[in-house]
Amino acid sequence: MTTQTTTPQTPAKDTAGANTGLVAIPPHIGRALATGGGVLTVVSAFLAWTWTSAFPGDLTVYGYPGGLQVLVLIGGALTALFGLASYGVKGLRWLAPAGADSAIKLAALAAFATTWYTIAAMSAQLGGLANLEPGGWIAGIATLTALLGALSLPFERPAPDPFDPDDSSWEQFRHKARHQRTVVKAAFAAGTSKPARELPAFAEILVIVAALTLGLIVFTYGIGTEYDELFVGFLVTAGFGFAAAAKAGLVNRVSALTSKHRTVTMVGAFAAAAAFPFTQSDDQYATIGVYILIFATVALGLNIVVGLAGLLDLGYVAFLGVGAYTAAMVSGSPSSPFDLQLPFWASALLGAAVAMVFGVLIGAPTLRLRGDYLAIVTLGFGEIFRITVLNMDGTSGPDITNGSNGISSIPNLNILGFDFGQEHSFGGFTIARFANYFLLMLLITLVVVVVFRRSSDSRIGRAWIAIREDETAALAMGINGFRVKLIAFALGAALAGLAGSVQAHVTYTVTPEQYQFAHVVPPNSAFLLAAVVLGGMGTISGPLVGAALLYLIPAKLQFLGDYQLFAFGLALVLLMRFRPEGLIPNRRRQLEFHEEAEAPTVLSKAGA
Amino acid sequence: MTTDTTTKDAAPGATAPGETVLDARGVTMRFGGLTAVNNVDLTVNSGEIVGLIGPNGAGKTTFFNCLTGLYIPTEGEVRYKGQVLPPKSFKVTAAGVARTFQNIRLFANMTVLENVLVGRHTRTKEGLWSALLRGPGFHRAERASRERAMELLAFVGLDAKAEHLARNLPYGEQRKLEIARALASEPGLLLLDEPTAGMNPQETRATEELVFAIRDKGIAVLVIEHDMRFIFNLCDRVAVLVQGEKLVEGDSATVQGDERVVAAYLGEPFEDAPGSEEIAEVEAAEAQAAATDSAPGKENDR
Repeated sequence: MTTQTTTPQTPAKDTAGANTGLVAIPPHIGRALATGGGVLTVVSAFLAWTWTSAFPGDLTVYGYPGGLQVLVLIGGALTALFGLASYGVKGLRWLAPAGADSAIKLAALAAFATTWYTIAAMSAQLGGLANLEPGGWIAGIATLTALLGALSLPFERPAPDPFDPDDSSWEQFRHKARHQRTVVKAAFAAGTSKPARELPAFAEILVIVAALTLGLIVFTYGIGTEYDELFVGFLVTAGFGFAAAAKAGLVNRVSALTSKHRTVTMVGAFAAAAAFPFTQSDDQYATIGVYILIFATVALGLNIVVGLAGLLDLGYVAFLGVGAYTAAMVSGSPSSPFDLQLPFWASALLGAAVAMVFGVLIGAPTLRLRGDYLAIVTLGFGEIFRITVLNMDGTSGPDITNGSNGISSIPNLNILGFDFGQEHSFGGFTIARFANYFLLMLLITLVVVVVFRRSSDSRIGRAWIAIREDETAALAMGINGFRVKLIAFALGAALAGLAGSVQAHVTYTVTPEQYQFAHVVPPNSAFLLAAVVLGGMGTISGPLVGAALLYLIPAKLQFLGDYQLFAFGLALVLLMRFRPEGLIPNRRRQLEFHEEAEAPTVLSKAGA
Repeated sequence: MTTDTTTKDAAPGATAPGETVLDARGVTMRFGGLTAVNNVDLTVNSGEIVGLIGPNGAGKTTFFNCLTGLYIPTEGEVRYKGQVLPPKSFKVTAAGVARTFQNIRLFANMTVLENVLVGRHTRTKEGLWSALLRGPGFHRAERASRERAMELLAFVGLDAKAEHLARNLPYGEQRKLEIARALASEPGLLLLDEPTAGMNPQETRATEELVFAIRDKGIAVLVIEHDMRFIFNLCDRVAVLVQGEKLVEGDSATVQGDERVVAAYLGEPFEDAPGSEEIAEVEAAEAQAAATDSAPGKENDR
């Protein structure tokens, strides 16, 4: 998600150096308008917006916000809170350590965009603006007022570059447009953060817990959105809301705390993730959860290969396939050629080991290549895996994988008498099949996270990064490049195989079609790579967030239909244009792409 | 910068003085029809600083690459302490020959400390399993590596900047860091490829001190350089490479006085070359002109 969406291009007076807002309203009135508009937005969320319950979410009730109104309420509340914080109200100043003005603008934008999206969706679906009740109008006007007020807040206007009078008019137009863009950018720029007040350790941990809880709530809400409009509204609100929090300096502060207490954060994050199935009343969303987790785990494994060692692997999903097929064959499935049922720990280890062997076999010849050549060869090997599996059906080759039918009816796991196919209740909570697998998969994710963290912060991890940075220099420093790259490749393959051994049981059936280079459903090699790049190369949380988004967006936006891949491509292009380092950047990467920007000169330990 | 000349903290790769460390015999490197290095012999003894000079394109860096395993010489062999060097650059480093590069090749997005830690790669053994299981041995080795790396950073005077990104260091310090990174592999022989390129006189002077300090640690040094003052101050012996062949080898005075060297750098004097009297005449006229016009040549700077 980019924060560089179209902002209203209000004509600004070209008074260079003067600190005026984008809209010509006196700043003190603007601030009052923004704050008041925020409060009014909150109130309007409790009103009826339309007369009919035909629009999903039932927006006809007074006194109880429903569906999209909740999101508008959050946007309005954020605007009001940041507005009050900008007045210096005691007890709210912690909200905006880096200055509230940019945050107000983005929060107002969140409320405005969600409200007007709702109004547009309602009038489109119900046939005209006539279907709006006064509440809807109030909400629309309140958010517009808040936005205009917010945009009138002063900011430091960049001085326009002098232009060459000989330029053609097209050149001049481009010059002006460029300046306009820097002005709009400056309007949303964050101030420098004031140094944080020292908090006692328990308070810092409480802040982390609060942030993680908030993350769980947002994720659970997003996964549970029931109709397209609500999901779009969720994306808009969450995107702008997150941007507002980032501009206010909150995100930096929290991430400083999480890097200080890394173990606490990790344990907390996994506790929050483990709590997810318990927040669900049925198994519907746990299904999505477990698929996201599989996708995210494999993406994290790929991040070792791509993000740390810098090896562009376009056939990575084959290793997931190797793990899944291995586990399926020893699962006791009737269509498996082996009449063998191994316990889970054995089949998981076997899946990882076989995938690792394949990693070495494929890596040994290909890793002598560099860059683009490696990418193309791995792409080829990925397809070779799929086609080989497709042909081992007894007619074109030996009967091992059952061809295009795949290995089906894979029985559910049973670990120490705990049947993963059954519902279990724990103290009032019912945990059904997919929730069981979700918890198991979470353990696998934890393993991968630990492997990633430990290997990256060690002699071997430094060798990977050195190879990525400059292979010739790394060799001259005594690093056996081939060996080190092979280790990365094999480790990545083993982790994917481990995830695959669970995936086989979750999906009941493994078929060759699941492991293509590009496919509409993740995980596939293209989506895995996209998740890594989108989330942020070389980080742990990046691929997790990237995978969650890449899974949820196609799954939730059914109306996109055939345009799904197009929209996906467009989103990737925009992201690479405006945030090439990914959503959650590794600090090294951020420095690489934004050299002159406010880059810290010192890389703290937590940056890696 | 420390110019500690005591040898008590000698590097493990150090050898007794006088012993031959590097022995290159008949090294020839051909790229297709082009002979870049032709039958060059060179020895470096321990405790010695040897210079390698020559005009641009003389084959100095190619010769360096032959020594460090980046190129495999077409003919000839390179021995380090009696052993023939393997034709892989990481094995050469492991054997005890470290190098720096003409155009700085640091790991730009790693910190200063991490760069030096990468240099420790061959002297540490912890593999993937050790990193994953994090036994006591891992922590011990990691701590020892860090201590040694900080020592080396202190040696080149960069210990205060250990957590900075290498790319953010000023040019002169990047050169120093490259030297520290090479030293981290505990070499017995250090090859420096134009260590003072682009430096101002003070920085060059500091680098000189640093190279002496390295020599005093018992590490032999072979250095390519264009700065003649630097080379003649520093080196015990200088070899001149011209068009891939070794022209002269000897101490500073021998090389400086050799006509062939002067010819290689400045060209042969032509038939009607101005004699010393004419030169003196021209110089006198120029001095005259300089005295009348207060700042000749400055007009154009305005």
